[in-house]
Amino acid sequence: MLKNCKKFPPVIAVAVLSFAVSISAAQADDDGDEDYRGAGRSESRGEGHSGKYGGEDRGKPLQPIQVNAKWKQECSTCHIAYSPGLLPAESWRKVMAGLDKHFGSDASLDVQEILEITAFLVDNASNRWHAPTAPLRITESTWFRSKHDSHEISPSVWKNPKVKSPANCAACHTQAESGSFREREIRMPK
Amino acid sequence: MLRVFCVSVLMLAAGLASLPASAASPNDVLAALQSEAEKSAPNFQGFSAARGEKFFKVKHGNEWSCTSCHTENPAATGKHAKTDKPIEPMAPSANAERFTNPKKIEKWFKRNCNDVLDRVCTVQEKGDVLSYLLAVKK
Repeated sequence: MLKNCKKFPPVIAVAVLSFAVSISAAQADDDGDEDYRGAGRSESRGEGHSGKYGGEDRGKPLQPIQVNAKWKQECSTCHIAYSPGLLPAESWRKVMAGLDKHFGSDASLDVQEILEITAFLVDNASNRWHAPTAPLRITESTWFRSKHDSHEISPSVWKNPKVKSPANCAACHTQAESGSFREREIRMPK
Repeated sequence: MLRVFCVSVLMLAAGLASLPASAASPNDVLAALQSEAEKSAPNFQGFSAARGEKFFKVKHGNEWSCTSCHTENPAATGKHAKTDKPIEPMAPSANAERFTNPKKIEKWFKRNCNDVLDRVCTVQEKGDVLSYLLAVKK
């Protein structure tokens, strides 16, 4: 226990440092989504003063090559481990500060686990999110709604019991667990 | 500041110290719960698998019971009521890893009791449920 306490200062330092990095890195506005054929049409609708999707764009890459083991373990017990790049840093801070009431369930962790996982999420949060917004739900972001609107996906897909919820990425995105959402990996459940 | 924080973490850990500190068997865990119950409840009459089964299967005022995710058969694989993610069986007869990690046990009793009952579970309730789960055959 005491040995673990020695780890706190670097963890806090990483969290503070990564906050600074996430701000300065939010510059690039190049989508480069060669895997997404419908990109031009749907994205122009979300265009705003602060970049694509009114500034609510997911990051690139969505998930770093090296992931934090504690994040992987703790955040994929009840659902898939959602990639850090799906939301901005401030969203992850809010999610991690409210784990005792996590979308209707108690998902509380101890202080050290919260610090370590928050640092990883903030450090790898979306680097293309320019809007001053921080939704708790990935499905509320403009980029998500634009990519999953009724032009792209028939409403019947959402009613399929195998899909159940728009939070269930892996129902169609076969590689969602590893942070990959390429068009060619999509398989709509029958 | 850091020292104060570390001391408070240690004090918190001491509060959970009734369970064995490292790897344990489910029977070690049950024995530790029994010892805690004897100390804290003067009228303690022992644990009951039958009472544990009832506790496990009924709702306690909220939307979910234990069975909402773990199913009526604790020896079967369950699935999360919201996400459908599979949950390994709860009965030690069907899953040798269950009730062997004290930190994990405390974590999940805290979370699940909060979801199902809106409160922490008593030592009596935890012991009853574990007695039931230990009695379930594969």
